[in-house]
Amino acid sequence: MTWTMALQDVRGADGPLVGDKSLALARLHQAGLQVPQGLCVTIRAYNHFLDQTGLRDRIQMELSRKAFADMRWEEMWDAALRIRNMFLTAALPGDLDEELMAELGRAFSGRRTVVRSSAPGEDGAQSSFAGLHESYVNVSGQSDLLTAVRKVWASLFSDGALLYRKELGLDPVSSSMAVLVQEIVLGECSGVVFTQSPEDEAALVVEAVHGLNQGLVDGAVEPDRWTVDRQSGKLLSSSAPERDVWIVPTADGTAKQPLEADRRVRPPLDPEQLTSVTRAALQVEVTFGRPQDMEWTIRDGRLQVLQSRPITTGRQSEAGDQRGWYLSLRRSLENLTALRSRIEGEILPEMAAEAGRLGEQDLAGLSDHELAGEILRREEIHQHWVRVYWDECIPFAHGARLFGQIYNDALRPADPFEFVQLLGSDSLLSLERNGLIESMAAQARKNPDLLQALEAGDSSVSGQDFQRLLDDFLDRFGELFCHQASCTQGRADVLALVAKLARQRTSGNQSRQDRVAGLETAFFKAMGPQRQAEAREVLDLARASYRLRDDDNIYLGRIEAQLLRAAQEGQSRMERKGVLCPHPDPGSVAAALTNPERAMVCQEESQPDQPVRGPVVRPRQILGQPAGPGVIRGRARVIHTLEDLRFLESGEILVCDAIDPNMTAMVVLAAGIVERRGGMLIHGAIIAREYGLPCVTGVSGALEAISTGEVITVDGYLGIVTLA
Amino acid sequence: MDSEEQGLTPRASLEQEVQKLLESQGLGVLATSGPHGAHASLVAFAASRDLGSLILATPMTTRKYANLEHDPMVALLVDNRSNQRSDCHAALAATGYGRAGAVQGQQRRAWLALYLEKHPHLVDFVQAPSCALVVISVVRYSVVRAFQQVSELVLSP
Repeated sequence: MTWTMALQDVRGADGPLVGDKSLALARLHQAGLQVPQGLCVTIRAYNHFLDQTGLRDRIQMELSRKAFADMRWEEMWDAALRIRNMFLTAALPGDLDEELMAELGRAFSGRRTVVRSSAPGEDGAQSSFAGLHESYVNVSGQSDLLTAVRKVWASLFSDGALLYRKELGLDPVSSSMAVLVQEIVLGECSGVVFTQSPEDEAALVVEAVHGLNQGLVDGAVEPDRWTVDRQSGKLLSSSAPERDVWIVPTADGTAKQPLEADRRVRPPLDPEQLTSVTRAALQVEVTFGRPQDMEWTIRDGRLQVLQSRPITTGRQSEAGDQRGWYLSLRRSLENLTALRSRIEGEILPEMAAEAGRLGEQDLAGLSDHELAGEILRREEIHQHWVRVYWDECIPFAHGARLFGQIYNDALRPADPFEFVQLLGSDSLLSLERNGLIESMAAQARKNPDLLQALEAGDSSVSGQDFQRLLDDFLDRFGELFCHQASCTQGRADVLALVAKLARQRTSGNQSRQDRVAGLETAFFKAMGPQRQAEAREVLDLARASYRLRDDDNIYLGRIEAQLLRAAQEGQSRMERKGVLCPHPDPGSVAAALTNPERAMVCQEESQPDQPVRGPVVRPRQILGQPAGPGVIRGRARVIHTLEDLRFLESGEILVCDAIDPNMTAMVVLAAGIVERRGGMLIHGAIIAREYGLPCVTGVSGALEAISTGEVITVDGYLGIVTLA
Repeated sequence: MDSEEQGLTPRASLEQEVQKLLESQGLGVLATSGPHGAHASLVAFAASRDLGSLILATPMTTRKYANLEHDPMVALLVDNRSNQRSDCHAALAATGYGRAGAVQGQQRRAWLALYLEKHPHLVDFVQAPSCALVVISVVRYSVVRAFQQVSELVLSP
């Protein structure tokens, strides 16, 4: 066997070939403990796959597009998804495919298995990748087993694993991965033993659940817990949760189900079993010579060891260790569903109500002192909602990510971000808003007099229909224009935008809808008849994730607009007193209102650059991420402040730091987008795909390198921006 | 045993030498000319077995692509230098001259297979719709060895 090795044949020197987990289990088997039968797909197989397919270089290229240190975690996730897709779609070399099919078939024919990661250094005493690399429970059939092996290989490059390696200073590309396939043991109860309690070195801790231990490991099922004296075996304490669910195998994986009534009332382990688990764990500790974290299961009264690794010390106990946070990047469908109802049912309605209350307040009637207090109160309110937004709304973006992974597993598309097209929904607030603008533009296109008048900022010649649309728009979305320019200019800005849009060509939406319908059908078909409900649930969640990530920004924008409205009232009063200050921050307006001696903090007007003598560095091509397919060449409009957006002309390429959903009303004018902020699921990327605009995101230094008026080319297929 | 001892004609021997060089190297320097003058760029290339075609890939937004659209006559230099003094006597360089153009359709598919056999890691790059697969139809190679010894291998006189 060139690429595989039976677990019982593994010896001490084989560690670099089979990885930590397999080596540990082989040692336990030799020490006389019961270990499920297993087959190791060696590191040689992993390397052969990478070398023969060119994958090693492709991964290297993917990860070197941007300095690791400069990548936001969203960009890491994008890179991880691209790499995962490479692992899923690259053809296995013939010889490897042949041996794996034959050996997996021989070892597990017709039986169900667990497919686990077993990377060298994975279970070190100083670092632990537990939970960062993937395992798949209840897999059967050679083809599904091979897919699971590919996914375990790919998990070496999951976002969490990439970030953790970055923290440890390890090079992900030189890391490697073996895979351990074991027959599944469907235990009556399962659990974990820590042979040394973190709170008491003289004690050990046993945790146990009914059924499979997957629920315990990923936190979905609360375990019973016993603390036992290591020396005497005496029970020191125990605790029992409300036992209501357990994890059971299903046709193609596992599921959390209500626990049977008779199991709810009894602990998973009786005292005798607790003793045998305790003894086995201490024997394992002796075998390895250090405290262990051991997973076990009991079936037909026999204890089997599923895995054992040293209890991690060092980094994990250091305050700076973020592994828990990396692990939190993997959110379950259940967790995300709960988050969705909180956002939809509580957060967004509260934000809308807050903006409404603030909008009704008559600011002109307040004294200077009262207005100052109101500005500060609004600043606090705004800060509160910004925190809620970061803590609860942003994590909900994982809904779209979870769907992306499931979509790619089912369809293995050439473009790993094909799924993004299914996220769009016409009920998005910003699309609704843009639809209203488009309706006004359509009227102006038909009426040249109206168009001319609008260009002059006059809407008096329009008919009733147009006025109704305009009033409706200003009612519902007017404050967004207030937010991006000034409140008094809001109406004029809307008219100017409508006029610009009326001069632009119209674009049909039908072909996009047909394409999306085709992708959706393909997705449901690929998920198979057994998984239709899951497919519906995860797609619905992903759409909500996308819609809410858009809507929450808009609601937050409304609250910010109300803060700015109060600040603007204060600024106008100061101007009437002869104090001029461009773009003051709200806090300093409040301070100046109560104490006119206090100077307001104004934004400096930018000074033109001094001419440089000698050699100059001029970027010619800048690399980012391909975020919206297509190529476009045009004049750049660089957005340094929101005021700049007012000058965006139809057909220009929008170059900005980050597209805020409140900016999307103007984005429809752009012919392409270049964004400094990186990510495939950020607003700019999604809106670009929605409107079919070529888009490159994650372009470091875009705002410094590109000037307004400069002709640039955006290659949204390759993620390249070419200057001149 | 060198090739002449194997009884090869000088042409066959030179052909074999160029073939070996092109097989052993992944990158070459493409020379193009455009409205703003000459331009040289490092490219990943593959060569057909008969040496008559050199294949490379480039985004259509690049200067080299604009140049070869402006003037399709190009040169591609491939060498095995090691950046040591010994290169003066030991390095071999071959420059292929010919007309370059982007290929489409069935033709593209055939050349793409050959290109990806040599550069499988460039699959995402080459398959992007904005990336052109360019084939140089080589008419002759200029082969330099031993510092100044230059031979010409003329494919299409």
